[in-house]
Amino acid sequence: MRPFAYVSATDVAGAVRAISAEPGARFLGGGTNLVDLMREDIERPGTVIDITRLPLDGVEELPGGGVRIGALVRNSHLAAHPLIRARYPVLSQAILTGASAQLRNMATVGGNLMQRTRCVYFYDGAADCGRREPGAGCDAIGGFTRNHAILGASDRCIATHPSDMCVALAALDAEIEIESVRGTRRVPLTAFHRLPGDTPHLETVLAADELITAVELPASALAATSRYRKVRDRASYAFALVSVAAALETGEGVVTGVRLALGGVAARPWRAHEAERALLGAPATEESFLRAAEAELAPAVARSQNGFKIELARRTIVATLRQVLTEGGAA
Amino acid sequence: MTETPVRDRPARERTGRSVGRPIDRVDGPAKTTGTARFSAEYPYPDIAYAALVHATITRGRITGIGAEEALAVPGVLAVITHTNAPPMKPPPPVSVLNLSSLASGSKVNYLNTDEVHWSGQPVAVVVAETQEAAAQAAGLVRVTYQESPATVDFAGEQGNATPQKSNPLQQGEGHKGDAEAALAAAPVSVDLRYTTPPHHHNAMEPHATTAAWDGDRLTVHDGTQNIGWLRTALAQRFGVPAEGVRVIAPFVGGAFGGKTMVWAGTVLTVLAARVTGRAVRMTLTREGVYRTVGGRTPSAQRVALGAGADGRLTALIHTSVTQVGRVGGSPEQVTSQSRHLYDAAAILVQQRIVELDMLSNTVMRAPGESIGTFALEAAVDELACELGMDPIELRMRNEPERNPIDGKRFSHRMLREAYALGAERFGWADRTAPPGSMRDGRWLVGMGVASAYHPSWEMAANVTVRMSADGTVLVRCGFHEMGMGGATAQGQIAADALGVPFEAVRVEYGDSDLPTGPGAGGSAQTASVAASLTKACEKLRRSLLALARRSAGSPLRGARPGEVEARDGGLHRAGHPGSGESYAAILTRAGRPFAEAAVGSDTRAGTVAGQVRFMSKFLMDRRRWMKAACGAQFCEVRVDQDTGEVRVSRWVGAFDVGRVINAKTAASQLRGGIVMGIGMALSEETLVDPRNGRIMNPSLAEYHVPVHADIPPIDVCYLDEPDPTMPLGLVGIGEVGITGAAAAVANAVHHATGRRVRDLPITLDKLL
Ligand SMILES: Cc1cc2nc3c(=O)[nH]c(=O)nc-3n(C[C@H](O)[C@H](O)[C@H](O)COP(=O)(O)OP(=O)(O)OC[C@H]3O[C@@H](n4cnc5c(N)ncnc54)[C@H](O)[C@@H]3O)c2cc1C
Ligand code: SF4
Repeated sequence: MRPFAYVSATDVAGAVRAISAEPGARFLGGGTNLVDLMREDIERPGTVIDITRLPLDGVEELPGGGVRIGALVRNSHLAAHPLIRARYPVLSQAILTGASAQLRNMATVGGNLMQRTRCVYFYDGAADCGRREPGAGCDAIGGFTRNHAILGASDRCIATHPSDMCVALAALDAEIEIESVRGTRRVPLTAFHRLPGDTPHLETVLAADELITAVELPASALAATSRYRKVRDRASYAFALVSVAAALETGEGVVTGVRLALGGVAARPWRAHEAERALLGAPATEESFLRAAEAELAPAVARSQNGFKIELARRTIVATLRQVLTEGGAA
Repeated sequence: MTETPVRDRPARERTGRSVGRPIDRVDGPAKTTGTARFSAEYPYPDIAYAALVHATITRGRITGIGAEEALAVPGVLAVITHTNAPPMKPPPPVSVLNLSSLASGSKVNYLNTDEVHWSGQPVAVVVAETQEAAAQAAGLVRVTYQESPATVDFAGEQGNATPQKSNPLQQGEGHKGDAEAALAAAPVSVDLRYTTPPHHHNAMEPHATTAAWDGDRLTVHDGTQNIGWLRTALAQRFGVPAEGVRVIAPFVGGAFGGKTMVWAGTVLTVLAARVTGRAVRMTLTREGVYRTVGGRTPSAQRVALGAGADGRLTALIHTSVTQVGRVGGSPEQVTSQSRHLYDAAAILVQQRIVELDMLSNTVMRAPGESIGTFALEAAVDELACELGMDPIELRMRNEPERNPIDGKRFSHRMLREAYALGAERFGWADRTAPPGSMRDGRWLVGMGVASAYHPSWEMAANVTVRMSADGTVLVRCGFHEMGMGGATAQGQIAADALGVPFEAVRVEYGDSDLPTGPGAGGSAQTASVAASLTKACEKLRRSLLALARRSAGSPLRGARPGEVEARDGGLHRAGHPGSGESYAAILTRAGRPFAEAAVGSDTRAGTVAGQVRFMSKFLMDRRRWMKAACGAQFCEVRVDQDTGEVRVSRWVGAFDVGRVINAKTAASQLRGGIVMGIGMALSEETLVDPRNGRIMNPSLAEYHVPVHADIPPIDVCYLDEPDPTMPLGLVGIGEVGITGAAAAVANAVHHATGRRVRDLPITLDKLL
């Protein structure tokens, strides 16, 4: 790790001032990703701005039934929060499938949104990686691609976004509140992470001098009947091969409301709009679920080793929707 | 993971009070309170820290090293490279006559050469005042290379495999009859291909060394499994007398074979200390372990079985291809168990190897048998299906009376009994045979079984035992404690041999100043030390009796050794209560502070004599007996119908491991082996990029060892029948637990799903 300066911010204005003065700096949340990447010499900030003392650690109910989550709320705190468990069980469940208890105790909402890919070539300084070094190639292509993207990838990068939490947020129509010296702006979560295109190193729409201050969840009756299903290589402590966040509402055997998002398949948490369109108004049956899954996965592209993800995603979408239908939302 | 009862058979009559009991490990409190000192924790005033720079090319030459940036980092003391390192002697050529010549992990004379032999080879060492400065500067050393073509693709090199040469320790080939012809003629047969990926040990403690020179004297703290080898190897490499090299390693934080050989990190820490004149410490990063310490070879295997309709095997063929590095490593005995497990009329076993431009492979828990039993035992299950026969029944029909390949006698073999015990505890009778026939909601349930098998070994061990006038006992032997409970077991053995309470015995180990112990490998340490320890205790009893019987005041006056037994902290006439006296009384009357007995000697002549004794006993034993631990592994899995996720839901392992010294630590060894076997079956795989031979998942996040949630309660039981040819009747237990485990999982997965996965690990994509 390279030496760096450490400063601690006590209010939002001070934090954004500090970063606007030094755009190469990084905010420090739980540090569970940033510090690892600094040790690997992938992140090389000259200054680290500790934001854990900012007063952004609350979970509050909004007028109208939505919820506002401070960017510094710890993952474990959020997962256990009664409002979240009751109104957005998919979010609580998604967080609890991620990482380990120790990591979740440290990890913050903002850091989770900003965590970087787990592509093994991204992590190896000896490999070519255009996400790590702008303009470089991509050693994953032609190498180990089992964990890589089937949707929205490009020939410059086929990495996935590793977060579980973000998949639930994508399904829940979350909005991100962003602060900088220029003021406040809001971005829908589904527009926050970028697909790689020709610029895989540009991972989100967050500018170098911007701070995430909150995530807001709109009120949603539908969200109470929701679940998260994560499929991975061991029972715990592994990233998703494929994950599905689903909320479903039916009336008289017909789908009256649905939210669906996928993880492990793309460089962003993947909101499954195509599948939702196919489902809305369709009979709530296994056949409809399958058709919807197929609609979403029609543009999927398999690489050398990850073709199974297309089939796995199809099956996991169907299984998750089936479970919400038959068993209701996660308790 | 929950504790389960380890045995339900009535305890056998025991002569002593300690052997067999589930005594808590003596090193437990030190480890749980953090007072146990590991190699990276020895304080030295003025210590410096080292970090490695690894090659990023696969093969070639270093053309330039830019150390300026690294040297400019505050606190950096030295950047040692091939351009400025003092010369070291290259590792000696390997010879079976000098076992310590096997010690070097690779043939490379690190930093004495500009050649690069694998991606990750150390090309420089940075020494600094702090670990942080060393690590930072290591990242700033600029190395340029001229690359040469390299051969690294194991799968692609199969066609170039060459037959493995046999040596006294390992046979590369063996046969009985014409197995190919018998296979072709067999009414029922299977002919199958299996592959297993490379694996790494992932001991909890990454390799770490602390080294300090004082003139030509060297002290090294290094988590090693072979103190003797390490001492000899360092003396040889640095051209100093072995007597001046002290290796201290009382605690080793797991090893599994990965700390048997001497790897680059150790040698280069000693070199860095030589160069800087400081005590130097190097703790490898997890990635550093992957890049500089070998792992288990990948394998490609063929198992072909022919049988009559009655299930009697007429042909058994098992061939393997494994990999070694061009710079070292040795072939694995992948087909070993196939010489011993089944009474086939014709047998052919053959091992081939490919040599690649990669780091040497090395031993890892049950090298050979762990992956060999996977292929053999999965194939036997397939044959049982072909025959429409219960897989246990098929095995019992082919259970041999004598060693199948050469007719040698088994020293002891109770595989039938192990199956009977295991089947009952597991509830095998409740299994319905057709694949896919058992369900639990949306889970497909499967039950699988496989044999475990691991040969037993015994090595030379020097031991001293001292009885003090206060009645306490001190056992001294430089054996290794990587978490198995060796000191506890040896304390139990000494307690019973001398008839003293366990608490009266103290065991010293893990130091080259002690009598040289055996290496911790081949599941042989406990038996090897036990053999010498029981002899030493016998000697000690005799010399204590000699003191007593010459003494006018002793109730033992004139007693002959045959009439005396050791119990209640002293010697007593057998069958005559109250007709003896305590050791304390004997020594006190004789005016001696202690009495001591030794087995083996560490003089130069003694060492040679020990090696000759070991080799001749080894070779004679090999001619007379086939000795092994064996067992039956029972596994139940649940497979998710939608996603193909496999969860192991139940496990019973029933073992024939001879006499058990400590019921608790023995069960932990067996259970730990099974856990590792489950990892091998379902998730463990070192990803080696076939384009450049580089390991791409050198971390515990991406190399998937099983986590708690992957492991069900594991019911371990054993027969506890002594092997008549082994010391105290014990055979090793460290490795047999992993054997057969992966096959049991694979067979259960087939039973659940009807799918045969012949390429490990059984990840869910293979079941979709
Ligand atoms: C071994 C391991 C396993 C894991 N497994 C999983 C898993 O299964 N599923 C999963 O979802 N995650 C997993 N994680 C990732 C974990 O969820 C993230 O590391 C964590 O959420 C990051 O949060 P943090 O607060 O620690 O972020 P930090 O490490 O502090 O920061 C990460 C990045 O976010 C930036 N940042 C932080 N806060 C803000 C803010 N408010 N505004 C702007 N930028 C900000 C930082 O500057 C930095 O660039 C795993 C991590 C590890 C180490
Ligand atoms: S997939 Fe993306 S992150 Fe991985 S190596 Fe290629 S460019 Fe880098």
